[in-house]
Amino acid sequence: MSSEVVSELMREAIVKLAASGRRADGRARDEVRHLSVEKNYVNTAEGSARVKLGDTDVLVGVKINIGVPYPDTPNSGVLTTSAELIPMASPTFESGPPSPTAIELARVVDRGIRETKTVDMEKLCIVPKEKVWVLFIDIHILDYDGNLFDAASYGTLAALSSAKLPGSKIGAEDRPLPVDHWPISVTAAKLRDTIVFDPGLDEERIADARLTVATDENGDIRAMQKGLRGSFSFDEVRQVIGTARRLGNGIREIVRQ
Amino acid sequence: MDDIEHIPKQIKLVDDNGRRLDGRRLDELRPIRIEAGVLKRPDGSAYIEWGGNRVLAAVYGPREAHPRHLQDPARALVQCRYNMAPFSVSDRKRPGPDRRSVEISKVVSEAFSAVVFTEQFPRTSVDVYIEVLQAEAGTRCAGITAASVALADAGIPMRDLIASCASGKIAGQVALDLNKEEDNFGDADCPTAIVARTGEIVLLQMDGHLTEDEFDRAMKLSMDAIRRINEMQRDALRRRYAVTAMDEALGGDAA
Repeated sequence: MSSEVVSELMREAIVKLAASGRRADGRARDEVRHLSVEKNYVNTAEGSARVKLGDTDVLVGVKINIGVPYPDTPNSGVLTTSAELIPMASPTFESGPPSPTAIELARVVDRGIRETKTVDMEKLCIVPKEKVWVLFIDIHILDYDGNLFDAASYGTLAALSSAKLPGSKIGAEDRPLPVDHWPISVTAAKLRDTIVFDPGLDEERIADARLTVATDENGDIRAMQKGLRGSFSFDEVRQVIGTARRLGNGIREIVRQ
Repeated sequence: MDDIEHIPKQIKLVDDNGRRLDGRRLDELRPIRIEAGVLKRPDGSAYIEWGGNRVLAAVYGPREAHPRHLQDPARALVQCRYNMAPFSVSDRKRPGPDRRSVEISKVVSEAFSAVVFTEQFPRTSVDVYIEVLQAEAGTRCAGITAASVALADAGIPMRDLIASCASGKIAGQVALDLNKEEDNFGDADCPTAIVARTGEIVLLQMDGHLTEDEFDRAMKLSMDAIRRINEMQRDALRRRYAVTAMDEALGGDAA
């Protein structure tokens, strides 16, 4: 992904606004943009959801096939997550093989889902060692206006919770994919010395550092990822975790319904 | 990784005396040995042994950035390539970058960008290569620790060395520096890299399950260990560059 040039005036304006507790779009520092979730958006997929976080627009599809388990996990289904930053979504996205940004995005979303055991993979075994359900999660970014980590993660959770296991493929009934946990990822961006949550595109482009924290329904931490060239102090990390837990509860309700 | 079926699940990671499978206490590091300046061609290099990990790090640059369209007119790029040798793990790893190593390369590049004075070398690239020769959990931490020494060995201006270590949770207890079994069967792993003098966190990843309090305790273990690791990094550089009375007597140009 080639980077976009941000003018120094813009940079200074955003940093100053944030330092005084305001943001260009009028949000508070710990205020998340409007989130809308539309489940079952694509009827060719076993599960899907289109999620808009502000103007960031993400479509996640879940395809479910029958496959062979990995030899070291003969009683477990298989979960694979990929992300595509398609050129339609931003002038900075290029076609071609997945960029490091796309790979990191897919792996961070995958980790949140996997480590929380959102889907109990042992329930996806059909015949041990031979036949299991294979879940392909494909994250399609349609419009990039900042904070792909959270939008993609909400989309993935919503798509999984709407998915049906195609039992008819093995002569059984279709049944809902069992979703047991609801990890919610919340991303913070550090603009010089100020931390804002759910960064918009301009904030993200000038951010010094980024921290994503996924917490579960008990408020426990399930996954974290720090990014960009800046740093966080330990106290800042703790502050981000605290806010991620608090914001997570409200967001979980929206993704869940 | 925690649902490997054919290995008995009752494996006991911490015994009744608080000792781990390899005999360590919960707050103990595996043995670490660092050597600076081990390769001829690179501008800087370092080798680290960390428990069963054997990792080489090398630095080239600042040199012309490739591909050229990545060049930044305001600063140098720090481009890291983390790579595992195919024979470094028990099941042969297919050569070349996989998704895991692409992600690690990215976060490690970002971590070093926080300390290198990149503004001093616009349009160039500082290339950091991390080669894992033998792996036993914690390779990215070992790689970062060695690469930091290699950057110093290359004379790249930096605010400070960064050192790296992981902590996590095994058998329900917070523990430092997980080994392979603990990584596979433990409850959480949280690698981190920190600027030694200031405590700034430049790399932080976590997967597994930690309460807020457990995270606090894990980070404190890591931060304490990182101070010790930083001392080993400095020692390695001192051994490489110290001038002894004997060198002086022989007329200087030793090493």
